[in-house]
Amino acid sequence: MTEPAVNRPALIEPSLRQAHQRARRHESGRALLLVIPLLAFLLLTFIVPTGGLLARSLINDELPGAMPQLSTVLQRWDGQGMPPAEGYPALASELRSAADANELGSVARRLNFYRAEMRSLIFKTARNLPEQADDWRQTLIGIDPRWDEVEIWQLLKRAAHSPTPDYLLTALDARIAPQGGLETLPAEQSIYVPALARTIWISALVSVICLVLGYPVAWLLANLPERQSNRLMLLVIVPFWTSLLVRTTAWYVLLQPNGVINTLLTSLGLVSQPLSLVFNRVGVLIGMTHIMLPFMILAIYSVMKGISPVYLRAARSLGAHPAIAFLRVYLPQSLPGVGAGSFLVFVLSLGYYITPALLGGAGDEMISQLIAMQTNQQLNWGLAGALSLYLVLFTTFFYFVFNRLVGIDRLRFG
Amino acid sequence: MAETPVNLTRSERLARYWVGWHSAVVLCFLIAPILVVLPLSFNAGSYFSYPMAGFSWQWYETALTSPVWQRAFLNSLGIGLASTLIATGLGTLAALGLSRAAFPLRGLIMPLLISPMIIPIVVVAAGFYYVFAPIGLVNSHLGVILAHTALGTPFVVITVTAALLSFDQNLLRAAASLGGNPWTCFRRITLPLISPAVVTGAVFAFATSFDEVIVVLFIGGQEQITVPRQMWNGLRDQINPAILAVATLLVLFAVALFASLNWLRMRSRKAFGQSSQ
Repeated sequence: MTEPAVNRPALIEPSLRQAHQRARRHESGRALLLVIPLLAFLLLTFIVPTGGLLARSLINDELPGAMPQLSTVLQRWDGQGMPPAEGYPALASELRSAADANELGSVARRLNFYRAEMRSLIFKTARNLPEQADDWRQTLIGIDPRWDEVEIWQLLKRAAHSPTPDYLLTALDARIAPQGGLETLPAEQSIYVPALARTIWISALVSVICLVLGYPVAWLLANLPERQSNRLMLLVIVPFWTSLLVRTTAWYVLLQPNGVINTLLTSLGLVSQPLSLVFNRVGVLIGMTHIMLPFMILAIYSVMKGISPVYLRAARSLGAHPAIAFLRVYLPQSLPGVGAGSFLVFVLSLGYYITPALLGGAGDEMISQLIAMQTNQQLNWGLAGALSLYLVLFTTFFYFVFNRLVGIDRLRFG
Repeated sequence: MAETPVNLTRSERLARYWVGWHSAVVLCFLIAPILVVLPLSFNAGSYFSYPMAGFSWQWYETALTSPVWQRAFLNSLGIGLASTLIATGLGTLAALGLSRAAFPLRGLIMPLLISPMIIPIVVVAAGFYYVFAPIGLVNSHLGVILAHTALGTPFVVITVTAALLSFDQNLLRAAASLGGNPWTCFRRITLPLISPAVVTGAVFAFATSFDEVIVVLFIGGQEQITVPRQMWNGLRDQINPAILAVATLLVLFAVALFASLNWLRMRSRKAFGQSSQ
């Protein structure tokens, strides 16, 4: 293409196949060129940040960064018996240099994730460190006898290793036992597995409620005359388009002990005391169902709209009972919509944050809230990354199932 | 059923009756909270229950004249418009490439382009913070705009790609055979036909940005107060009916957005038949 064909007598007549391939390559190059700006943009502003957070779940750079010498020594140590003699002077000198470089805080915080007493031990030791000592081992043990415990050194060794499986294990309420091997936390101490289970349970429950509530509505909308159906459709579309915060605000106001619903129930004499409808599981379920229901209805509706009534009539004319005809002819045809709606609601619910945060109580935190807590309050980015990794893996898994079954481009809203 | 049904059995009539009532209750559940709560924004008192103390515009006055809310509105509008503009440009361009038959690696690239829609928003927000904080993009307009742009692009990509895939390529061939060069063909044939889809994607992108709170909570810092962020603050601290006044305005805004989208769709259907969505 670059030079005139006459200058290349050998190639005057390239085979048709080659020419076609070249043209095609040219074409795909041009097509790719159009996508590259967006791809580059997303890479910089989306994929790198998200990937960085997820990768953070494996990175363990506090101790290796602040105390490189000690880290090398500890990495060579097999973890059995007491650490090698050069570990003690390394610890002493690097405790001082880390304190001077203002890095002691992050090291102490990192070690405190393993055991709650480590922070005070580190700071106490750094505070009382003498300038010189003949036997650093005795000096350190003199400052605090815990430096004679193998377990403390084993924790240091774990902190000296990067990449680490620690965060990924912590996010599953497990850890590496001091003697090696895995151990899981006792049930009363585990936080994250129950939260993960709760997230899945709430999402599944919301999906089922939405399906039960939404299927008949979708059927009605798909089978009414156009004009009536369009009018009723507004009742689905207006909430769908209304801001999530507006809708959550509405439920917040409605469900309060002295809110509209309780006032109504009390004045009708149905209840003597206000029901507790908010800051608990009930509030979360009501709010999330309200937000997810339009997705379900619209997904099922779009499939039902394409089902021809002819089959149902044929089944009837062949003598099928209406219920049988519905179950064996109509329902199977509507299943792609049911699948689309359920998966969509389930996947969206898994990552939900606003509604459980505002309408839920102490026992209703979903994984998203725990991630936010780790980043905003605990500043434990590794754990936040690990929780995020599980959430993302889970979501993408269900998304791919969903995409295989339904296809994202089949969804059209509004 | 559209046609008047004949010879309904008793059980069928019963089923229909049940579907009707069920749907009435469910649709009520969907719309009632909005319809019940919004009138409280006109309450002369400051509590959240009926009967209202009287009619008053005071909360609208509070909301519209308070500098915090004014700034929130301006911020939301500015961030929304900027991110929509970038998202629409990049998304449309990408859709043009994606819809070409020769596009390579579609199965790999499409999920990447859609990923901002799939990855849970808290993870995205934490990721933004993790990477934006060291380079000074936290607490800045630019950071929020970039983040919202990323979140808005999938809507543009999906709607415009769908429109392009149902687009009749013969139109372009005809135009080319009549002597149009590629740029003219694009400008005079493709662009007018896909413009409703572009606008639809843009509206979705704008709505996404305008309604987004979690990213703003993470990377907006103290400075970038948007409308949803301010509502969140209100719900967290002490709720006051000014929030309901803002909510009412937002509902009207949503209805207006939706109505204009619908109008656009009707118009394009009339103008181009069924070839565009």
